[in-house]
Amino acid sequence: MKIHEADARGIFSRYGLPVPPSRMITKPEEARAAAEELGCPVVVKAQVLVGGRGKAGGVKLASTPEEAVEKAEAILGIDIKGLTVEKVLVAKAVDIEREFYVGMIFDRGTRMPMMMVSPAGGVDIEEVARATPEKILKMPVNPDGGLMPFQVRRMASFLSKDREVAKQIGKALKGLYEAFMGADASLAEINPLVESPDGVVWAIDAKINLDDNALFRHPDIAAMRDDSAEDRGEVDAREADLSFVKLEGKIGCIVNGAGLAMATMDMIEHFGGEPANFLDIGGSSSPEKVLSAMKIILRDENVRSILINIFGGITRCDDVANGLIGAKEKLGLDVPLIVRLTGTNEKEAREILANTEMIGADDMEDAVKKAIEAAG
Amino acid sequence: MSILVDRETKLIVQGITGRDGGFHASQMVAYGTNVVGGVTPGKGGQKTGDGIPVFDSMAEAVAETSANTSVIYVPAAFAADAICEASDAGVKLVVCISEGLPVRDMVKVLPFITERGTRLIGPNSPGIISPGRSKVGIMPGDIHAEGSVGVVSRSGTLTYEIVYHLTRSGFGQSSCIGIGGDPIVGTNLLDTMELFAEDDETDAVVLIGEIGGNDEELAAEMIKNGYPKKVAAFIAGRTAPPGKRMGHAGAIVSGGTGTAAEKAAAFAEVGVEVADTPAQITDIMKRLMA
Repeated sequence: MKIHEADARGIFSRYGLPVPPSRMITKPEEARAAAEELGCPVVVKAQVLVGGRGKAGGVKLASTPEEAVEKAEAILGIDIKGLTVEKVLVAKAVDIEREFYVGMIFDRGTRMPMMMVSPAGGVDIEEVARATPEKILKMPVNPDGGLMPFQVRRMASFLSKDREVAKQIGKALKGLYEAFMGADASLAEINPLVESPDGVVWAIDAKINLDDNALFRHPDIAAMRDDSAEDRGEVDAREADLSFVKLEGKIGCIVNGAGLAMATMDMIEHFGGEPANFLDIGGSSSPEKVLSAMKIILRDENVRSILINIFGGITRCDDVANGLIGAKEKLGLDVPLIVRLTGTNEKEAREILANTEMIGADDMEDAVKKAIEAAG
Repeated sequence: MSILVDRETKLIVQGITGRDGGFHASQMVAYGTNVVGGVTPGKGGQKTGDGIPVFDSMAEAVAETSANTSVIYVPAAFAADAICEASDAGVKLVVCISEGLPVRDMVKVLPFITERGTRLIGPNSPGIISPGRSKVGIMPGDIHAEGSVGVVSRSGTLTYEIVYHLTRSGFGQSSCIGIGGDPIVGTNLLDTMELFAEDDETDAVVLIGEIGGNDEELAAEMIKNGYPKKVAAFIAGRTAPPGKRMGHAGAIVSGGTGTAAEKAAAFAEVGVEVADTPAQITDIMKRLMA
C-alpha cells in the first residue's frame, strides 16, 4: 500500500527523523495561514501517489505567504500522471548545501532488510544505480541484532566527512531503520536527506510503502489508504479479496493462481488478442467470489468476451461452475463466456454447466483461441 | 533419489484440524505420503478421520513420531510461529503453504531456523511432490508421473498446467517444487537448482519463473558457469504492466527491472530455450532429451 508524503512524514517524525514542520491544505487560500505559521520560505508540494511530481510542476517554492497562495492555486487541480491534485502540503523550506539518498527495502538475495545510502541524492536512485553503482553503499541488516553502530558509522561517513553532520545522518539512519521495521514497510525512503549550509540535516521528502500482509497489525496506518488514486475495480477487488489489475484489451480473464493468470494474459497476446485485466480469484474460491469477479470485469465496457481458466487443486471446479451460473442469472450476462475447468471436481462442474450457453474448452490454448474469436 | 521428500519422509501436518489442513492431510494420505501426526494447540489427544494422532505441540509430536518434515496450513498471523516451532522441535524440512505472511516476520524466522539446521520451503508455496513417493502440499497428485524431470516454480496452478503437459507427453518428474510467490522465501530458485544438480535421478530441469526480482538472471548465470542438467524455462508476466503487483507479493516490475523480457534474454544468452506457452515446454523437452 502506498501512502501520501504527508503521512510518511508523520511516521518518520514519530521515529525521531528531522522532518521540517508542514501543513496539509485543500484550498489555495489556506496556504497563507500555513506559510505565516511556518515562516517563509515554504515549499508547496502536490500530494499524489505517483513519482515525478517535481517534473510535472507539482512542487514549487514560495518566499512570501501571498506567493504560497499563488503556488497552491497553480498546483491544486492539475493532473499528474492521470491523478488530479486535491491536496497540497505546505512545508518549511530548507536551504540545501548537499543532498543524500537514504532508503530501506527487503533484499531478496540476502533475505534481510537492507539499507542503501548514496551521496548522489535528489535524483532518480535507479539511474544512479545504473550509471554510477559505486556511489551507492548497501548494508544488509540482521533483524536479530538490528542496525549495528558500526554500520551506522560506516554509512554516515560514506555520506559526509564532517563529523558533526555525519552524527546527525547516523541518527537519521537509525530512525529510518526503526520506522521501516516498526511500520512493517516494504520500502522507506528519504530522497533527499539534506544538509543545510549551516550544517543541519533535514529529511525534506518522505516515501513509505507498506506491506499489505502486515496492515492487520497497524490499523492507524491502514486508515491512511487513499482509494481515490486507484482504479475503482481494483478497490472493489481488494474488498472482495481478489487480485485484479485493469488493462486495456477486450478479453476479460478470471483465473485461479497468479502465475496461471499471468500466463493466460501472455497467451492471449501470443495468439493476437489483448487481455482486459489480470484477475486471480485465489485458492478455496467460493461461488460468491466468482460473482464478485464477474461484476468487476463487467464494469469495463471494453470487455467483449470473458475467459474463465481454472486449474483446480485447492480450488474446486464445481464451486466455480455454481458461481458462474449464479452470476449469469443475477447479472443478466450477454457477453460470451468461455470456460476451461480442469482438476478437482471437474466432472461435477461439467454437469452443472451442461445445457448452458457457456462455451466449453478442452484446454487452455483452445479456451484462449475461442475467447479471442468471441471478442471479435 | 528425488529431492527433499521421498519414502523416508515422516510428515506432521501443522493446523490439521483446520479446513485446509484436514482436507489436504487426507489427500496426502491417499497419495501415499507417510503422515505420522498433526498439531493443533489445544486439540491434542484426538485422532482425525484418517486415524492420524493430533498433538498439542511440535515438540510432543516429534518426540512421539520421530517426524522429519512438517507442512503448515495455519492462518498467516500464526505461520511464522509455527515455522519456528517446527524448527525448534528438530524438524529438518518445513513446507509453509500459508500465504500472506508479513515480510518482517519472514526475515526474523530465517536466521532462527538456519541456526537450527532447518530448510524452509515457502511461504505461499503449493508444496513439493516426488511422484510415486511422497506429496507434501496441495497440488493435485494425479497429474504427476514418476520420471526424471525436475520442476522448480515460483507459481502454483501454472506449475500444475505445465506438469499436466509434461506428464501427457511422457515426461515424468523426479520432484516438483513450488518455492512460493513471496519476495522472501526460505528456498529460492538457485537453492533448488543446486539440489537438482546433485540429484542422480534428475536429467533435466524445467524452471518456471515470473516477473519480479532477479532470481532467473542469477539462475542463467549459474547455468553459464556450468550446470550439469539440461534446462528449459517458462516466464510468466510478459504482458504485466510495470509498477503493478500481479497477485503474488513478489511479482512486480519495479524501476524497469524484473521484466519477463530481461529474464528471457538472460536465458537466451546462455542457450536455455524459453517456451512461449505452457504446452511448448514439452516441445523443448523433446529436443533436449532426443
